[in-house]
Amino acid sequence: MLRIKNLHKAFDDFKAVDGAHLSVDKGQLVAVIGPNGAGKTTLFNLICGQLQPDKGQILLADEDIGKLPPHVICRKGIARSFQIANIFPRLSVFRNVQVSVLSQQKLSNKLFHPAAQLAVDETNHILDSVGLLDKKRDLAGSLSHGDKRILEIAIAMGNEPELLILDEPTAGMSPEETTTTMALIQRLAADQGLTILFCEHDMEVVFGVAQSIMVMQQGKTIVQDDPLTVRQNIEVQQAYLGDE
Amino acid sequence: MFGELIRQKSFGVSVAIFIMLLLAPSFLPRFYIYLMAVIFVTALLAMSLNLCVGHGMLFQFHHGVFYGVGAYTAGLLLVKTSLPWWIALIAGPLAAAFAGLLIGMFCIRLNRLYFGMLQISLGSLIWAIAFRWYDLTGGDDGIHGIPVPDFIASTTGSYFFVLIVTVICLLLMFLILKSPFGSTLQAIRDNPERCAAVGINVRHHQLITIVIATFFGGVAGILFVVVEGSIFPDLLFWTLSLEIFIMCLLGGWFTFAGPILGAAIIVSLRTFVGTYTEYWTLILGVILILLIFFLPEGIMGTNYRQLFRSRVKYNGEYQTE
Repeated sequence: MLRIKNLHKAFDDFKAVDGAHLSVDKGQLVAVIGPNGAGKTTLFNLICGQLQPDKGQILLADEDIGKLPPHVICRKGIARSFQIANIFPRLSVFRNVQVSVLSQQKLSNKLFHPAAQLAVDETNHILDSVGLLDKKRDLAGSLSHGDKRILEIAIAMGNEPELLILDEPTAGMSPEETTTTMALIQRLAADQGLTILFCEHDMEVVFGVAQSIMVMQQGKTIVQDDPLTVRQNIEVQQAYLGDE
Repeated sequence: MFGELIRQKSFGVSVAIFIMLLLAPSFLPRFYIYLMAVIFVTALLAMSLNLCVGHGMLFQFHHGVFYGVGAYTAGLLLVKTSLPWWIALIAGPLAAAFAGLLIGMFCIRLNRLYFGMLQISLGSLIWAIAFRWYDLTGGDDGIHGIPVPDFIASTTGSYFFVLIVTVICLLLMFLILKSPFGSTLQAIRDNPERCAAVGINVRHHQLITIVIATFFGGVAGILFVVVEGSIFPDLLFWTLSLEIFIMCLLGGWFTFAGPILGAAIIVSLRTFVGTYTEYWTLILGVILILLIFFLPEGIMGTNYRQLFRSRVKYNGEYQTE
């Protein structure tokens, strides 16, 4: 589904991504791991169009999407969440998700029809599936940190993506919240046949959930393989990966 | 379509105010009727600016230009051509929206303050044309005694015309803000990056907002011609743009009706304090300083917040809709 070949991105002299390779098949749960500053977030920003690569290819079903702007990439079926909770704080939880559902239904430019009556069922369905339905009238900025992160995933779900990219979905969460969130992600993947690409610090989480793991260090892909093989590889490369 | 409107808590109050305004000419002296017409025109202009500033976070620093373009287009067509009056009045807003599209296409590539700076520069070019092109625009003298049809030529006639057009425009703006378009615009204001990531063409959306806002700015421009019967380059000068910007901040730029209140306060201040001293802007400056310190979200924005907070305590949870 998604193939990344020899991707490069530098900020001035700093090579953030310096030869990344990645392959994501349909229906897979793929994790990207690596120490801080390995280039995971930059890689996701490159895939989703927030950044443009200097060199290399990002192929989505054989089409190079490397130079496209974010909103076009989104319409091709890639939705994402961000590492820092990236929501609409002045809008209600309901409207946060409705914005992306309206965008998906190509209704964002509709004038003179009350938004309150549009995409209501779809939005409620998504809120229900992530467990935020009872908080739908709350101001998004007033949610707890964990709920904000889940709201982020809900916003991404509004785009009915084929590929969902999650940048550290459990960052800053308590252990219980982490467990719930990962269960939610697995359930979404199973129920909706989603393909999910995520990066994560918590190795327990990664090895428990992912079907394929890509290891990055200093912008380079070291290996991508199934968890068992990577785990053996990791022991060899303890020095690279530090205390994980 | 209008159901949304009737469900608003302030609907009853708004209708009551509208009826009082319709009756006003029967008991108020002529000067006050004229003053209220000026307030409506200015309020509409400030409201159109607030579509960009308050709801879209687009720093349209030189919005007055589109007011001027609307007024000049209507005025020149009325004076220099024999076209029917209603064509001139329709052409004004369209010309303003077209100017908004042209200037917006350049400005939209820049962010926040840089957007505003480029807007001032390009807007000032249009001011220079109006100021210098004596043969067409009458230069700094402007054009006075513009003929308008009889039924809107009298003070009362122009009052009713301005009142009704303003109310229609406010209704349209309200519906736009409650539509998916307006909802998306407010989401862009909160977080443009996230909006792009959910598939919204942010720049495109902002440009449409500018065109809509400048169209309504142009409507305010033709209403000015109806009320005053004249056009002059000060309409496009940047100080006016600054004044309406202050009206938005003063009234409450994240609220719907805030700019109307802001316009009423500043126009009244200019009229009444202006008769005592030509330094009335000194008072405006003091108000602005107090505003920044005590009411950073404007008069109406602050009141809503306080109501909101007490309701939170009462319900034990946030209620926003």
